[in-house]
Amino acid sequence: MDRFRMIFQYFQSSSESVMNGICGLLALASVKMYTSFDFSCPCLPQYNMAYGLGIMFIPPIILFLCGLILNRQSLVMLEEWRRPPGCRKKDLAVIRYMCSSIMQRAMVAPVIWIIVTLLDGKCLICAFSGSMNPEKFGGFANVSTVQVQQLLAKVPCKDDELLRNSTSRKAVSRYLRCWSQALGWSILLILIIAAFLARWLRPCFNQATLLQARHWSNYIDIEQKIFEETCCEHSRLFAHKCILHFFESMRQEIKLHSFSLPREGEGDEGEEDPLRGITDQDKVNKLLETWFYEKPPLDVS
Amino acid sequence: MDKFRMIFQFFQSNQESFMNGICGIMALASTQMYSAFDFNCPCLPHYNLAYGLGILLVPPFILFLLGFVLNNNISMLAEEWRRPQGQRGKDPAVLRYMFCSMAQRAMIAPAVWVSVTLLDGKCITCAFCTSVPVESLGNASHPRLSQGDIQRVLARIPCREIYNGQQLIANEVAVRYLRCISQALGWSFVLLMTTLAFLVRLLRPCFSQAAFLKSRYWSHYIDIERKLFDETCAEHARSFAKVCIQQFFQGMSTDLVAARCHLPRKAPADAGEAAEKLLGITDQGTMNMALKSWHRCKPPLHLHQPALPTGNGWVGEGEPPTHPSAPRRETAAYYSWV
Repeated sequence: MDRFRMIFQYFQSSSESVMNGICGLLALASVKMYTSFDFSCPCLPQYNMAYGLGIMFIPPIILFLCGLILNRQSLVMLEEWRRPPGCRKKDLAVIRYMCSSIMQRAMVAPVIWIIVTLLDGKCLICAFSGSMNPEKFGGFANVSTVQVQQLLAKVPCKDDELLRNSTSRKAVSRYLRCWSQALGWSILLILIIAAFLARWLRPCFNQATLLQARHWSNYIDIEQKIFEETCCEHSRLFAHKCILHFFESMRQEIKLHSFSLPREGEGDEGEEDPLRGITDQDKVNKLLETWFYEKPPLDVS
Repeated sequence: MDKFRMIFQFFQSNQESFMNGICGIMALASTQMYSAFDFNCPCLPHYNLAYGLGILLVPPFILFLLGFVLNNNISMLAEEWRRPQGQRGKDPAVLRYMFCSMAQRAMIAPAVWVSVTLLDGKCITCAFCTSVPVESLGNASHPRLSQGDIQRVLARIPCREIYNGQQLIANEVAVRYLRCISQALGWSFVLLMTTLAFLVRLLRPCFSQAAFLKSRYWSHYIDIERKLFDETCAEHARSFAKVCIQQFFQGMSTDLVAARCHLPRKAPADAGEAAEKLLGITDQGTMNMALKSWHRCKPPLHLHQPALPTGNGWVGEGEPPTHPSAPRRETAAYYSWV
């Protein structure tokens, strides 16, 4: 009984902690992906914005989808949502609770990617350098519009021969980076305040409903796990019985074919016979062949 | 019972987590292989495309096949597919489930290789450098060259040390352009794969959940049944070997006793377990003969009920009885000198 209790407590804590662990791992993975990714702005007028914004928004979508895929509870929630009511009513509050907790966990890694991108600044510099007003920064006077566009597009590339030591390039770069970092810190501040408020104000509203929803969502999760375990155990016992029946039927067949008179020693078949009547090479070969060519029916009644 | 249950739960969860582990290891191995691989673009007009696309597509194919080879369940799938129907029907849904789950796991390492290759950019740069739009990206005042010469110059873009076309198109501009395209392709590929995985995994409960539960149960059942059968056969083989060897030793000792024309000695009343284990062989010569005989003339794979010794104490070694029957328990077969 104690062992069962320990196992159940483990399951109870394990589901949440496993999900939190996966969430944390994805967040770390997103930072690692950003640092190992070799950001390479094309520095061409039409491509900069697409590249910069693409790098800022496509990986978060990928991370969000990964967060949903890797979270076991999303499958549980979907199954609960789609099951026919049968003898058990469906409680939409539970499904909503599960959905919101899955979404919250899945949003962590994408948000971290966006914030790291903004704090680093390269994406925004790449995307918006072509949209700067050249008059604000000296050094672009006496240049035609097309050439201005091309020069501005080359701002993110520090090693470009045209703008290598240009002070205007550095000015544009600093300006955009400042905006980018300001945006990054503001988003971070807003999100942390929102999380703080959500967590602290939640008990003021619908606490009882929340407790119920949380209890039943844990219940559904544990029930699913136990069902899978029970199926495994059942299939193991089923297989065991099936194989014993098979060996027994082989022994009967052999006895039938050898027309042997019942010997005294066989009267005491209550004793366990490890060899189950298979005592020579031919019988063993026949048993293995029969196992392959004619597996026994799935019926142990 | 509890112990068996826990062991089999571990077994069951272990098989899945074991396969997931192999999957993860292969994905890591594919990134490691890519970083250790010394990419060396030939920088020649017709060879670049072949080399670049070859490095992009051939290793994933190899990794995919490796994913199948390393998966233990492939033989189980093949066995289930090829077995004759016999008394048990075959369910194609189970076979499909097994194949799909193996294919999904095998696809991960190739997808990782393709993503890492595209995000790095060297392959696409090498393969498509001759297709760079010189008109839009090149220098306006480049010397007029024939098409062949332009191709040869462009083919050297990936090899900075020998690039001689700065007047035609700046090396950095071309490389940045190609890398941008490559990374865009890479991220799109990763997005596509992730979306597919999302749809496959999360749309499944919306359709045919009951059929899925059945297929999963029976595929686990086939796996467990196979393992249990192997275990039962191993147990049987062990018992078979034990009885066979004990009958051999018994045969040897009775032969030798008969050969020396000794009257059977009464075993000491307090023989004890150790004496029983000696199986009637108690001196160096006898043991040596037993070992030689084991090497030269192994007993047939046919267990017999050992008969009581006849008048002269000789029991023919290895002579099959008239009726094959279950052997008696081993402990009753020895020291029946009464």
